[in-house]
Amino acid sequence: MFDWLERQAPKLVLAPSFAAMLLFVYGFIGWTAWVSLTKSRLLPKYEIDGFGQYERLFNAPRWDVAIENLAIFGILFIGVSMALGLLLAILLDQRIRAEGALRTIYLYPMALSMIVTGTAWKWILNPGLGIEAMVKGWGFDTFTFGWLVDPDMAIYTVVIAGVWQASGFVMALFLAGLRSVDSEIIKAAQVDGIPTTRIYTAIIIPSMAPIFLSAFIVLAHLAIKSFDLVIALTGGGPGYATDLPATYMYAMAFSRGDLGQAASSAMIMMMIVFAVVVPYLYSELRTRK
Amino acid sequence: MSDLSGYTPERTDWGRFALRWGLFVILGLFALWYLAPLFVMLTTSVKTLEEIRTGSLIALPREITFEPWAKAWSQACSGITCEGLRPYFFNSILLAVPSVAISTVIGALNGYVIAQWRFRGADTIFALLLFGCFIPFQVVLLPMAKMLGLLGLAGTIPGLMLVHVVYGIGFTTLFFRNFYVTIPADLLKAAKVDGAGFLRIFVSIFLPLSVPIVVVSIIWQFTQIWNDFLFGVSFSSAGSQPVTVALNNIVNSTTGVKEYNVDMAAAIIAALPTLLVYVVAGKYFIRGLTAGSVKG
Repeated sequence: MFDWLERQAPKLVLAPSFAAMLLFVYGFIGWTAWVSLTKSRLLPKYEIDGFGQYERLFNAPRWDVAIENLAIFGILFIGVSMALGLLLAILLDQRIRAEGALRTIYLYPMALSMIVTGTAWKWILNPGLGIEAMVKGWGFDTFTFGWLVDPDMAIYTVVIAGVWQASGFVMALFLAGLRSVDSEIIKAAQVDGIPTTRIYTAIIIPSMAPIFLSAFIVLAHLAIKSFDLVIALTGGGPGYATDLPATYMYAMAFSRGDLGQAASSAMIMMMIVFAVVVPYLYSELRTRK
Repeated sequence: MSDLSGYTPERTDWGRFALRWGLFVILGLFALWYLAPLFVMLTTSVKTLEEIRTGSLIALPREITFEPWAKAWSQACSGITCEGLRPYFFNSILLAVPSVAISTVIGALNGYVIAQWRFRGADTIFALLLFGCFIPFQVVLLPMAKMLGLLGLAGTIPGLMLVHVVYGIGFTTLFFRNFYVTIPADLLKAAKVDGAGFLRIFVSIFLPLSVPIVVVSIIWQFTQIWNDFLFGVSFSSAGSQPVTVALNNIVNSTTGVKEYNVDMAAAIIAALPTLLVYVVAGKYFIRGLTAGSVKG
């Protein structure tokens, strides 16, 4: 008996996690997928009905707004964070004396809850007493900065806060990448008299391709899952102008009581994540062997 | 190191000097932009409402008052109750400490098995676990709510604990697995020859080596759980809300005058534990971030 236990120990240890994963991840995804194919409203129904929920979803103006916002937010958030992160990493890589302190400052927002970030930026960007009032106080009476309450511009405030929070993290990733470039190659290039900017564009940055990919994946993942930031910053408003798929799903699940829509929007979110992550995961798992 | 500053023969000393200063100015300006929100939060939180209404966003407070902090901690209203952030702060501690401990222990054992006791199918299980790290949690929200109801844990802290442990295991397993694969297999073999068993080897050989990765795992999980909002807002009820949910409720509470100073004090209070962790153990925090992203 004891021998058997000892031999089976590794499997016994892994078994509960495995079972939990099967149920809480795969079983639950299956449940959501199933419900997304039914006519569920307030309560789940289990008779398969087809793709009616998805049709309703794609015809819902609010979902259109959410997807469009995800595109705007995603592209700007990822693009600006990467550009800023790379710039900061390159600047910090020039043997700066206060590098440690600067790095700490650039990265601390990543330790904050998105709710805190959203609360802070909501206060800074509020037109009544925030930046707008401040600039007006400097004598620029006609200055207006009401993005937070402007349905067309509010989504860009989410970009500002998101970039503020995540760009330092991208900087840290890129800085680690810059440091791992083979210094012999760089020295050789310098000896050959190749200008600094050329060394960056032709040697260092191309060799960091895998890091660009990871940064992209992480940021895309963050963007698709973005929920707290929008809730704290704009509450999805004005109206539903800053809805993202995550807030749409939440509204359907917990305030509208429309389980079918919640399930189908969650499934679409998962498909978007997988479209980004699966190719990456696949290559990672293969190369690691 | 890809330090390029040392080699610029075509530039004069003066040019180099200007370049260095330009560099410092740019880096300094960025530092200001990252610090500005924290600065504004801090100064706003110690101003009187009167001063907030009449003064500038970035002005230093003329007189400092800690009343907003006291109010945020013990009197601020969220919805119908006015108990401040305090009960919810303790909810978050009560939630985070056991969840972090349990998910770290499970992750350590899982990682140990997957990295060192390889058996058929272990890699597949690891891939399945890893995959679970990447799902958007919206896809499990509805069935989880149902499951917690079935278990009688709906709206309770133990229910939230279960959720955080279940969806944290993927990450903690990843941390420990990636750490333990770097330990040579000979160590395990030698211990086996000496007659040590599965648990014995783990406790007396692997665990003592694991201090850095345990720290990484604890910090990662703590930050995740403390900062979580989605699970908190979905699965908690009036008495069991974590601090992030309470903060959001306080800030968006519509009763009475809008007290920006109290909001900011509450936001800082909610942020303090993770900020503290970051300041004290930033190195491990970054390691967790990069391990959770680059390797995963």
